[in-house]
Amino acid sequence: MKRYSAFAVAREALRNHMGWERAWASPEPRKKYDVIIVGAGGHGLATAYYLGKNFGITNVAVLEKGWLGGGNTGRNTTIIRSNYLQDASAAIYEKSRSLYETLSQDLNYNIMYSPRGVMMLAQTQHEVRGYERTAHANALQGVTTEFISPSRVKELVPIINLEGPRYPVLGALWQARAGTARHDAVAWGYARACSAMGMDIIQKCEVTGISREGGRVTGVSTNRGDIACDKLGIVVAGHSGHLADMGGFRLPIESVALQALVSEPIKPCMDVVVMANTVHGYMSQSDKGEMVIGGGADGYNNFTQRGSFHHIEETVRALVETFPMISRLKMLRQWGGIVDMTGDRSPILSKTPVEGVFINCGWGTGGFKAIPGSGWGFAELMAKGHSPLTAEFGLERFREGRFIDESVAAGVAH
Amino acid sequence: MLILTCPCCGVTAEETEFHGGGEAHIKRHGPGSSDDEFHGYLFEKVNPKGVHFERWRHANGCGKWFHAARCTVTLEVFGTYSAQTTEPPQDIKDRISARRPGWSWREFA
Repeated sequence: MKRYSAFAVAREALRNHMGWERAWASPEPRKKYDVIIVGAGGHGLATAYYLGKNFGITNVAVLEKGWLGGGNTGRNTTIIRSNYLQDASAAIYEKSRSLYETLSQDLNYNIMYSPRGVMMLAQTQHEVRGYERTAHANALQGVTTEFISPSRVKELVPIINLEGPRYPVLGALWQARAGTARHDAVAWGYARACSAMGMDIIQKCEVTGISREGGRVTGVSTNRGDIACDKLGIVVAGHSGHLADMGGFRLPIESVALQALVSEPIKPCMDVVVMANTVHGYMSQSDKGEMVIGGGADGYNNFTQRGSFHHIEETVRALVETFPMISRLKMLRQWGGIVDMTGDRSPILSKTPVEGVFINCGWGTGGFKAIPGSGWGFAELMAKGHSPLTAEFGLERFREGRFIDESVAAGVAH
Repeated sequence: MLILTCPCCGVTAEETEFHGGGEAHIKRHGPGSSDDEFHGYLFEKVNPKGVHFERWRHANGCGKWFHAARCTVTLEVFGTYSAQTTEPPQDIKDRISARRPGWSWREFA
């Protein structure tokens, strides 16, 4: 792998940019790998990367049925924050946020991390109390957040309407070091680094079965032939249940469609991320100037990656109320992604009933922000059999009643 | 946008008039059941890519619960039926079989 640098740009400029090489290789699958990761989204690629970087395991294949980063990695609203209530969540999301800060240097790939700050509006007394509690919890967890006043909100976001017709802004939970990143670049950067370590990233390779022998995984069958492995990591978000079926176990997961939309590009008007969870909508401005808008999930099991009009209406109505100046903005694109929801809205990073099979899923509506932390912890779990970051997120927590309840606490727009 | 017909009051309406209530036909095990059975009842939902049976409530209408048979991939609604059953009625099963040959669910097809 040739390093990207200012020098490389200058060198290539002098020879008509003929020297750039492919960012990652597209090899044919081999017969056997030490570790196979199913799913070349952010989480899968990050897992492969940290397996190599932290544990020296590089005989790894990452299988992807579509194209690299074409699932939820390319469909989210790119928000990175770690202001969660529960200790286990705060630990993994804060690890993730801190890895994001230096990820561009680490991968030698510009992921355009922008620590612009994330603001979660409190628009009811209940939310005020909830966010004050979160701010206190975050202080104990070592996550820097603060509860700010309406006047400070207006200072940070001049375009906001504090006296909303339905819900006036009473304050906000503010995490100054949270922000956004270029979502595709995260997948591409990890893929390039994995490929440079000698790992095989195999696209258009759909897993159709999981082979087992005496309760232990021996490999997978795919549309490109059988591939043997010692360990298998399933990192396929909305399709986790499908893969679990192949492995002969079940998951406490239901898949729903979550949608987002972007407007036409406009001049810079808002340099923070604003989430308004009472009225159900959140918005940030991309570097291209588009307003990136996320809304709620469909209320029923759904595998259509498209979303529905009445949710767009609900979201846009909420945002016009909060930001009156966007009322005449034209929307450019709208899309949906399939998110895997657990009962307690926390992820599952766990061993499974099949020995050698590990699963990383259930990130629900908030997976992008967790990519580096999730990969870091899941790689440790796969390499060593246990990890302090993932210890609380086992599958057995449902049976044992140790929920990590973030469904209300996180204030995530569901 | 789904369009559902409430079998209780007969009204056909868009999904905004209804509220989804999750998987239908879940068996709740009685006293003396094992931890495994209770765990399955509480958490191990089926999450099919295809034919799915769900509970729905006519929330902004008659307020009654009913069941719907639906495809989670195409959003096609095969039909709705009374919630007072332990399995989908034969005409719903026939309709699904006509649209999805070879389809099966639990012990019957």
